[in-house]
Amino acid sequence: MADPRGFLKVRERELPAYRPVPVRLMDWREVHEHRAEDSAIVKVQAGRCMDCGIPFCHQGCPLGNLIPDWNDLVWRDQWEDAIDRLHATNNFPEFTGRVCPAPCESSCVLGINQPAVTIKNVEVSIIDEAFARGYVVPQIPQRLTGKTVAVVGSGPAGLAAAQQLTRAGHTVAVYERDATIGGLLRYGIPDFKLEKTHIDRRLAQMEAEGTRFRPGVEIGVDITWDELRSRFDAVVLATGATVPRELPIPGNDLEGVHYAMEFLPQANAVVAGETVEDQILATGKHVVVIGGGDTGSDCIGTSLRQGAASVTTLAIGKKPPTSRPENQPWPTDPLLFEVSSSHAEGGERDYLASTVELIGDEHGHVTGLKVATTEYLPDGRRVPQAGTERIIPADLVLVAMGFTGPETSLLVQQTGAGLTSRGLVARNDDFSSALPGVFVTGDAGRGQSLIVWAIAEGRATAATVDAYLQGTTELPAPVRATTVALRP
Amino acid sequence: MTTPLHSATSSAMSAAPAAQGLYDPRAEHDACGVAFVATLRGTPGRDIVDAGLTALLNLDHRGAVGAEENSGDGAGILTQIPDAFIRDVVAVDLPPVGSYAIGMAFLPQDAAEAAEVVGAVELIAAQERLEVLAWRDVPVTADLVGPSARASMPTFRQLVVADPERKLSGIELDRRTYRLRKRSENELGLFFASLSARTLTYKGMLTTAQLEPFFPDLSDPRYASELALVHSRFSTNTFPSWPLAQPFRMIAHNGEINTVRGNRNWMAARQGKLASEHLGDLAPLLPVCSDGASDSASFDEVLELLHLGGRSLPHAVLMMVPEAWENHAEMSPERRAFYEFHANLIEAWDGPACLNFTDGTLIGAVLDRNGLRPGRFWVTEDGLVVLASEAGVLDIDPATVVQKGRLEPGRMFLVDTAAGRIVPDDEIKSQLAAQRPYKQWVEENSVFLDALPDREHVVHSPASVQRRQRAFGYTEEEVKILLTPMANTAAEPLGAMGTDTPIAVLSSRPRLLFDYFTQMFAQVTNPPLDAIREELVTSIGGAIGPEPNLLSDTAEHARKVVLSFPVIDNDDLAKIINIHKAPSLGGTFDATTIRGLFRVDGGGEGLRDRLEEIFDEVDLAVAQGTSFIVLSDRDSYQDYAPIPSLLLVSAVHHHLLRKHTRTQVSLIVEAGDVREVHHTALLIGYGAAAVNPYLAMETVEDLAKSGYLDVTPDKAVKNLIKALGKGVLKVMSKMGISTMSSYRGAQVFEALGLSHELIGDYFTGTTSRLGGIGLDVIAAEVAARHTEAYPSSGNFQAHQRLAVGGEYQWRRDGEEHLFDPETVFRLQHSTRTRQFDVFREYTQRVDDQTARLMTLRGLLQFSGDRTPVPLDEVEPVSEIVKRFNTGAMSYGSISQEAHETLAIAMNRLGARSNTGEGGEDSERLHDPERRSKVKQIASGRFGVTSEYLTFADDIQIKLAQGAKPGEGGQLPGHKVYPWVAKTRHSTPGVGLISPPPHHDIYSIEDLAQLIHDAKNANPSARIHVKLVSEFGVGTVATGVSKAHADVVLISGHDGGTGASPLTSLKHAGTPWEIGLAETQQTLVLNNLRDRIVVQVDGQMKTGRDVIIGALLGAEEFGFATAPMVVSGCIMMRVCHLDTCPVGVATQNPELRKRFTGSPEFVVNFFEFIAEEVREHLAALGFRTLEEAVGQVQALDTRKAVDHWKAQGLDLAPVLAVPQPVEGSSLRNTTTQDHGLARALDNQLIASAAAALEDGTPVSIDVPVRNVNRTVGTMLGHEVTKRYGGDGLPDDTIDVTLTGSAGQSLGAFLPRGITLRLFGDANDYVGKGLSGGRIVVRPDRSAVLTGASNVIAGNVIGYGATGGEIFLRGLVGERFGVRNSGATLVVEGVGDHGCEYMTGGTVLVLGNTGRNFGAGMSGGTAYVLDLREEALNTVAATTGELTLSGLDDDDLVLVEGLLRRHAEETGSRVAEALLADLPTSLARFTKVLPTEYARIRTALAKADADSVDLSVPGAWEEILEVARG
Repeated sequence: MADPRGFLKVRERELPAYRPVPVRLMDWREVHEHRAEDSAIVKVQAGRCMDCGIPFCHQGCPLGNLIPDWNDLVWRDQWEDAIDRLHATNNFPEFTGRVCPAPCESSCVLGINQPAVTIKNVEVSIIDEAFARGYVVPQIPQRLTGKTVAVVGSGPAGLAAAQQLTRAGHTVAVYERDATIGGLLRYGIPDFKLEKTHIDRRLAQMEAEGTRFRPGVEIGVDITWDELRSRFDAVVLATGATVPRELPIPGNDLEGVHYAMEFLPQANAVVAGETVEDQILATGKHVVVIGGGDTGSDCIGTSLRQGAASVTTLAIGKKPPTSRPENQPWPTDPLLFEVSSSHAEGGERDYLASTVELIGDEHGHVTGLKVATTEYLPDGRRVPQAGTERIIPADLVLVAMGFTGPETSLLVQQTGAGLTSRGLVARNDDFSSALPGVFVTGDAGRGQSLIVWAIAEGRATAATVDAYLQGTTELPAPVRATTVALRP
Repeated sequence: MTTPLHSATSSAMSAAPAAQGLYDPRAEHDACGVAFVATLRGTPGRDIVDAGLTALLNLDHRGAVGAEENSGDGAGILTQIPDAFIRDVVAVDLPPVGSYAIGMAFLPQDAAEAAEVVGAVELIAAQERLEVLAWRDVPVTADLVGPSARASMPTFRQLVVADPERKLSGIELDRRTYRLRKRSENELGLFFASLSARTLTYKGMLTTAQLEPFFPDLSDPRYASELALVHSRFSTNTFPSWPLAQPFRMIAHNGEINTVRGNRNWMAARQGKLASEHLGDLAPLLPVCSDGASDSASFDEVLELLHLGGRSLPHAVLMMVPEAWENHAEMSPERRAFYEFHANLIEAWDGPACLNFTDGTLIGAVLDRNGLRPGRFWVTEDGLVVLASEAGVLDIDPATVVQKGRLEPGRMFLVDTAAGRIVPDDEIKSQLAAQRPYKQWVEENSVFLDALPDREHVVHSPASVQRRQRAFGYTEEEVKILLTPMANTAAEPLGAMGTDTPIAVLSSRPRLLFDYFTQMFAQVTNPPLDAIREELVTSIGGAIGPEPNLLSDTAEHARKVVLSFPVIDNDDLAKIINIHKAPSLGGTFDATTIRGLFRVDGGGEGLRDRLEEIFDEVDLAVAQGTSFIVLSDRDSYQDYAPIPSLLLVSAVHHHLLRKHTRTQVSLIVEAGDVREVHHTALLIGYGAAAVNPYLAMETVEDLAKSGYLDVTPDKAVKNLIKALGKGVLKVMSKMGISTMSSYRGAQVFEALGLSHELIGDYFTGTTSRLGGIGLDVIAAEVAARHTEAYPSSGNFQAHQRLAVGGEYQWRRDGEEHLFDPETVFRLQHSTRTRQFDVFREYTQRVDDQTARLMTLRGLLQFSGDRTPVPLDEVEPVSEIVKRFNTGAMSYGSISQEAHETLAIAMNRLGARSNTGEGGEDSERLHDPERRSKVKQIASGRFGVTSEYLTFADDIQIKLAQGAKPGEGGQLPGHKVYPWVAKTRHSTPGVGLISPPPHHDIYSIEDLAQLIHDAKNANPSARIHVKLVSEFGVGTVATGVSKAHADVVLISGHDGGTGASPLTSLKHAGTPWEIGLAETQQTLVLNNLRDRIVVQVDGQMKTGRDVIIGALLGAEEFGFATAPMVVSGCIMMRVCHLDTCPVGVATQNPELRKRFTGSPEFVVNFFEFIAEEVREHLAALGFRTLEEAVGQVQALDTRKAVDHWKAQGLDLAPVLAVPQPVEGSSLRNTTTQDHGLARALDNQLIASAAAALEDGTPVSIDVPVRNVNRTVGTMLGHEVTKRYGGDGLPDDTIDVTLTGSAGQSLGAFLPRGITLRLFGDANDYVGKGLSGGRIVVRPDRSAVLTGASNVIAGNVIGYGATGGEIFLRGLVGERFGVRNSGATLVVEGVGDHGCEYMTGGTVLVLGNTGRNFGAGMSGGTAYVLDLREEALNTVAATTGELTLSGLDDDDLVLVEGLLRRHAEETGSRVAEALLADLPTSLARFTKVLPTEYARIRTALAKADADSVDLSVPGAWEEILEVARG
């Protein structure tokens, strides 16, 4: 560690500023302003790192990012080594550095009594700097194994697995049912959080390394699962958890009621220059977003950019505390009241709001929501409190209540793959499934989770696949299928 | 050589059991009292023998008895041949004295066997041309001795032989009897106490009091001699042995040879070249050092060989125990050349020693180079010379004494009885130095590397460096944490919080072979050294090259290449490799490089085969006359991997030893795997002459070029070399070894996890108690690393450069730690919210880790066949917690908040917290809530006062600590905050040093003395002795029990909360499981378990840990890291940086505010642990923890161990059930007899009743003898108990003593007591003086009263915090060491005066020895006519000490002290100085630590400005001002 007293010299976090709200609402570009002094901020923050004997951040990160190591390297201006150490555990820091909720920062030891190091910003700075300086180059394997692997799904888990396996010398093809590679990254996350050039840049590297991309092919439909299995030595299933959680209340079939994952992909496609017929638009509308998570926040930012008349977010639970509550002690990742960039851009947030009914007009179009105050029963269940109902007017209701699991009907039909009681694709602790040569990675096996978990699973799955194909493996396996974050 | 007739004959005369369980007789140590008496009058007399025997009786307290009161550890006497007596009792005509030899044979008890041996001896005598004149049965009073001594008692018979031609006499006859004796030993197993024409020894397994009555010969009026050498032994065990009693044939030794393993090996190596015209064919006489002998016995054997081989006795002694000549600026070149020449022939036998030697005419003594043993002498007007370990062994009328003195390090004391004079040291040495042209020989034959042609420097590419880093298993962490700091600062990196990773054999990762070895360290039986402050006695340079015959002296012997440092860079190595090309040398030297590579796919078998090939290559090179063999692991590639350099070196070393060709070549290692101090230390410890860690150097060069260092590539390499070399010196010092040549091959390491076969083949003589891996696993580990460099897939992993490491800082892909994010979190969460179920998750995870074999206890399981008892029948939590202790963490290293939290919690529980080394503030001391019950005494003695000890429940003497056994500590000035300084009785801002040794414990009998002192300072306190687990700790613990400690604490190697060099933190000591089991087994075998409590600590984390500790023999348990974590510690491991972010290990007021611990949490923790203990007890069927102590049968080794490395481990020795002698106990059942009832202080206390009652002044006048030890201390305790830390007004109790006072006169004496001694005093006067006054002046009748009169011994005023000492005369070494507040006046001091002093005033009215003011960080010394060359070199050259004349205040002070000195002692020196005061005062130099002066000025100013130092930032500001 370069400066053992750095954390005492600088007591506060400092992050690069966002662009002013009115300005950023005028475009879809990332909300961060890139300024020359950013790198100075980053160095100072990296210098706050205490290089702990037990770096809890390194544990808090599912990938096991070597955070103290690259903090030190940034502090020393050793950017090339910094990206090397970052890439050692993370295939795609440009994604996590932008959209990860940063459990590492929750577990930062400084966080016990001071604001945590701005780890995520250091991370994204390293990779941005590395791309800018040309340090990110294809890592082409010196020798191919002759083995072939299909990866189904091109979200972060699939891509991570594909890159790892390609670099290990296998011939890897990534299948994607959508028109473009990227999965949730491309379609789920708005550009103002993650511009798509970041994905394209990474895909270019992967192609140069030898990974083959097959977009627009849906396994089970365009090719059967069995055909796929006989064509490849191994198949990695990385199809995500795409089934949205439903809103089981009267009126949920009204027009103007959409899942966030209908709304956001269309918006993203349009930003990417594609044409979408009958696009769901918030323009001029009173938008209500049900669900207070990240997807909900993405809906806010997108709606505002489309010119919504108003945006209201309804969350069924209590407003989270602004500082760590006692029952979520350090170093666990607490649920806190957060103000994302989208929240800062406008809209209202309503808590303890249980939507009991969607109200429509005579055309079957939604006009409002009947919302009651949530009541917590002694057993922890949340119910609408009778007599507290009120009406919130709405033209567009976006349901962003999360996802229940993967789409599995074709898979089960064609392969007899097992499912868990939660509807997830059954797998062993090492990501293998009951089907020889078939491996399950990412949200499809874990259920809805974070990108950082997806990458971690993809990497770990690659190790299992490599060992399956070659007998041994030197690939790292940061997590197992059952690994979970530290909870009290 | 024929097979010995009775190979067990001499071993049968020893009561020591064979090795069993973890007990190994090789671990035995002893220490002793020694004395000699001689006359200069030229005629033998009965009086001399009587005087010798009397002196022996008065050394009784330095000996010891075991469990049986009437079995001593050993006593003996050596005299001249008592011709008149022998002539009368031997029934034959004898030739003149000198022409016959007589020897004391220890024959078998069985008459028939004895007869057989006698016959065989006669046969050998005939072969050796000796005529057997007689055999005489020696009368003994057998029923005097106890059963164990009796059982092993030999038959004593004296053999008388002579030259059949009656031509030989004296030494010439002895050369022939030597052949007879050695052959009898080798061929018959017969032991002779002596067999000589010049001396005769009587000795046995006796107490000092038994010796004379046991051998009635000794009482015979006809028994006369001119000299008598006597010895009383204190062995650490209770199995003394008849042959190992002393004196030996030529010496009696008080001390210990630390380097003895290496010395013996080198002697064995030299045997191939040994030849002597005097001794004839040596083959049947070999080995020189017999097996199973003690260090002293081996020394005697070699000394005897050198002497009989043609050198005078003083010459031979100086070869083996040279003075510290290497850094001695004042020595004459001729004398230096004498030593330098002989250093090429034989390495020093190093260790604390007072060696007394005689050939029957000359008798003398020397100390080790460091002066670590006491020796005092007297000469009377009628020619009686007495030398002894202490003053007062003979009642000599002071009026007759004409000379008094003390042995000094590096000086020889020699009496020539034939010439009737004492031969001065200078005369002896000048004569020896002039005997041959040593200076010319050395100058003409020394080759310096600088003089060899320079070689072009080779730089390797970063890619090449990285690939080889992978091949040698380098980790990112090692590069960052080890190499970077060494390259930047030339010093070893520090760490903190111990180690919680698995030992190498339990690690699932491939580990370097180095990691399977742990460093041994000195504790109790010999002191570690301080290589920094006492650098002048150390040397890490040396010469390398072939050694010719030891027994001759020629110019050829001087031909060597001189290396100033044991680590050499790549260019220097290239010079040596190319030495045959050096034109100036004309090809006199040649180097051969041997490739240490093996076919990696050949596995262990391939490795073995390759080693055999290497042996052949080496043999060939030796045969061809090469001088240097370079063992190199360079140039590995895909198929050929490097042999671990340690294996390579040690295998070749031992191969050459076996071939007796070892001394014909030097081994130089070119090793890629070396990157730590520990690695370098091992290679040298196993025989390497020099180490070239080429890859480490290339690595730091590369780092420097990439901008990772603050220095240039060149400087980085130099720094690395320096850090490694200095680090090795530290490792040596830990073991008390001062020179590289003695350390080389000394094998002061213990193996942990290596198979006996591997050790036997390649690391012969190394201890490896649990077995372990062999060549197969070593080869597999190499292969695993090799694959990283040459991956089988052909693909390097992208972005994976080196492995992360994770040994020092936790990493997910790194080594496992017991404390990881999850265990830390669960432990904190459960104790903070008092959730036992969450706590179980924590212990579950820790115990699971144990099951994954991270610890040795993980290999154990509870035996399944026990009947459980219901939980509610098990003793309650409240009883169990009373057995718990928190570890010794000083206030200073941890914050007040953290320290008090632990204390409050432990007091609430009825358990014990520990002050640590740093004293205790009086407001806490007397606060029942916040006090720590256990008060520690560590080597720095910080805050150790009468008050501190009086108000202790327990007093713990720390001999070593787990994190850095054998090392001292340093609290840097910036951490000595004002409140810390107050508690420590020191100055804020001034750094504090804890010396590596306790300067009053250089041996086991010294420890007994300190225990006695502590007990006197508080008779109701339990005295603990804290040891660290290593080979032999059980034996030391036995000694500790014999030394009357109440509690012995065995610490694991892994504990430790303070800062420590990483080398020590990781590589010294062993797990507590082994040390505890060894302790229990050895105590039980010795029947000493009943009287002592055994405590254990070291990474104790769960109830299971406690139960395993109990079953292995502990009744109390210590915890440190876990309660710290409970208090908020998150294992930052930066305790040494004062930046602890959670306010635990810091004094920074700002950070301390962040402390979140609370006593409740700690209470929760201990109650949870106790609850788990209850559950385990119930399951095992014990109702109390007491019942479980020592019930090792309740443990099994785990059946199915599925671990690629641990499979070879055998834990059976840990679980061995000691075979107790009848009536011996498995646990503590009784208490020690401290002998306080016999103390002189009882009389003093009675006489001082009035003063104690109400402060009425009293005067007391009593005689005193050397057996009255620790006089005044118990009286002081009574004062302090009644009057607290302030004591009474000065002189309230005025005690006048007359005679020779025993050791520790006035220890911890509080204010109000004055001791006035007329006579002289021994060591440790005024130890821990706490305000009292001590005046020592010569006896009223003494004629010898001049300034050259030695008045008191060594280590006076050690750790004194207040009071005064006036000494009229000279004193010994280490005067005023760590004084922090007392005023001391003396008329001359030995070496190392005022060492580590932090406060107080010292006035020296005479000479100072060398190294004055070393490590002195505070206080003031005034020295008359100071010789500046006597100052510590570092302090003098770096300006650490400021020298000046006296200012006005000083003048007043010094004049006042002179007047008081004259008044109190009648000093003529003071009177003379006072007679012409202005001139006298101008002769004084004031010695003042520079930083101390500055900070005092700054503090005075702050005080004047009323600055509040507890305000954040205020203290830093003062420091800044002070430092300019």
